[in-house]
Amino acid sequence: MKNNLGDLSNPQKHHELILIDNQDIDVLKQILSSMILIRKTEQQIAIGRKNGAIGGPVHLGAGQEAIAVGISQSLRKTDRVFGAHRSHSHLLALNPDFYRLFAEVLGKETGFSKGMGGSMHLYDQPNGFYGSVPIVAGTVSLAVGAAMAASMQKTDDIGVVYIGDGAVEEGVVHESFNLAKIQKAPMLFVIENNLFASHMHISLRQPSDMISRFAIANDIPYKLIDGNDVVAVAKASKELIDDIRAGHGPGFIELVTYRWYGHVDWRDDVDVGVDRSLDDIENWKARDPILRLSKSMIKAKMWSMEQENDLNNMFDKEIQTAWEKAINDPYPSSDATLKYVYS
Amino acid sequence: MKSQKYNYGTAILAAFEYLLENYPEVFVIGQGLWSPWYVGNSMTDLDQKFGIERVIDTPVSESACTGAAVGASLAGMKPIVVHPRMDFMLYAMDAIVNQAAKWSHMMGGQAHPGITIRSIINRGGEQGAQHSQALHAWFAHVPGLRVVMPSTVADARDLLIASVLCNDPVMYIDDRWLYEQEDELPPVTELDLTTQRPVVSLTGSDITIVASGHASLLAREAAGQLGSENFSVEVVDVRVLNPFHTEEIIKSVKKTKNLLVVDSGWISGGFSAEIIAKVVEQLPVGCLSNPPARIALPDAPAPTSRVLEKAYYTSTDDVVEAVKKILDN
Repeated sequence: MKNNLGDLSNPQKHHELILIDNQDIDVLKQILSSMILIRKTEQQIAIGRKNGAIGGPVHLGAGQEAIAVGISQSLRKTDRVFGAHRSHSHLLALNPDFYRLFAEVLGKETGFSKGMGGSMHLYDQPNGFYGSVPIVAGTVSLAVGAAMAASMQKTDDIGVVYIGDGAVEEGVVHESFNLAKIQKAPMLFVIENNLFASHMHISLRQPSDMISRFAIANDIPYKLIDGNDVVAVAKASKELIDDIRAGHGPGFIELVTYRWYGHVDWRDDVDVGVDRSLDDIENWKARDPILRLSKSMIKAKMWSMEQENDLNNMFDKEIQTAWEKAINDPYPSSDATLKYVYS
Repeated sequence: MKSQKYNYGTAILAAFEYLLENYPEVFVIGQGLWSPWYVGNSMTDLDQKFGIERVIDTPVSESACTGAAVGASLAGMKPIVVHPRMDFMLYAMDAIVNQAAKWSHMMGGQAHPGITIRSIINRGGEQGAQHSQALHAWFAHVPGLRVVMPSTVADARDLLIASVLCNDPVMYIDDRWLYEQEDELPPVTELDLTTQRPVVSLTGSDITIVASGHASLLAREAAGQLGSENFSVEVVDVRVLNPFHTEEIIKSVKKTKNLLVVDSGWISGGFSAEIIAKVVEQLPVGCLSNPPARIALPDAPAPTSRVLEKAYYTSTDDVVEAVKKILDN
């Protein structure tokens, strides 16, 4: 495999502070808070899965929070955002209602999908989250169509899809790149390149580790960014989104990142025949997007450890309360299985 | 407005025109739409009348185009995807089966992929195994899809309109062997697809033939021939295969006490089995005078050679013979 990503895929690099010059303090605080909340929500879900409260699989994205939070800075509720199997962060970055996410992963009717979807089928269209599904690449063409619809409806809303590096091994993704370009669809393709598809490292699956080569192939403007630098993600995606809204056709952003948990559930996945070591995980944890922003803000005297402790304590309490409430919520009624088949 | 003469193809064209004229959220997407010779006379000049923004010819990408239509429907549009041959649509199975059919259910009834997929059965003429398939049974197997097979000129128009106006994903399947039929149709009345049921297209008292799509045409033709030989044949046209309603069929079979199913798909695991199973399990013991019978394609891909092809596809004579065999017992 060609290492076209260079340092970006090297877990020993990019541990340093991030550039936050000229950034609005309140925006940085909101970004930091959003990332911390997503992290803590997923940590609670990991516990709930491990102790058996959650019956179905959960794909956790801890370590990747900067991507959804950074991109969502430039999104509106009328945009059309589609997720995939690892989409808690994509949803929470648009609507931080962790209680409804807890209810959904617990299969309760108060959840985002009325308890019919669980972790893998999330829906919050009123806040721009059109839906996520676990079929790899299953939403890519849907997002292109929702973007085409935005043009037909004479809006400047956009379609967004989050996919991983594995998804580009599916044929429909290439059809979708081509279709979006030829239709000039207002569409942002977000590639979370965490170097793994389930258990397999990208070096065993593709001849290059740089997914942006497919943007080049389809003549789609692209940016290749450190996905654990939330300010860089927000800045680069804003530039692309501004162009897309202006009617210039699709854009493409590749964010290099790493997930701290294994493919599914709470384990590390270092002992299941996967090329993934505890050393790698520790090194990637040193590239933690939350830690890097927090340290950078503290150094710039915008933020303090006390403030962060207070925030952590507040979220911990809110999360416990929400979790207990969701645990006690009702399951869908017995007629739900047949009721929702047709409209 | 008075009634107008159509054939099956121009009736479909009339439905497209009605929808594009009256519903700004309707658009059509598929291969060949700016040069629609693939689809007979059923889409002529739509691009010129309604513009290439609403009648979209596409790259050779069945999967992405079908998925894009699903996504557009989630965003409030009413897309019609056209697959000039059903065989090529198989590239789009994820968009149809995993996405369109399931979003309402998975999202707790909040998402409604109201797309219509028009797929055409286009066979014969030595086109062979990959230009021939009638796969309606697959889609009838999937909860969440509605499957429509119009066999008459009126249904070709009116069920296409009803499909597009329905909020659920609809697989609308027409068959090129039906296009020559002619009929006089009144102005459009919008139908509610969810209330459409099988209809008795010909009444009779000796045997019930149940069929859909082109097989219904064969059944009607056979009934005509048999009538002149003093057999009284009732034909029930299924029209909507999924969700499948059987009340009208049961009623007919209780009357005639004989059942023949004709289907344009393969016999094993096909829709003919579903019809017989659902009917038989609801009939009183001893109701049938003869075992139920069916005619469908042999379990082989379509051959190309004209000699083999002629033997492979069901003819009106095959239906006539089958009826006689049952009733002469």
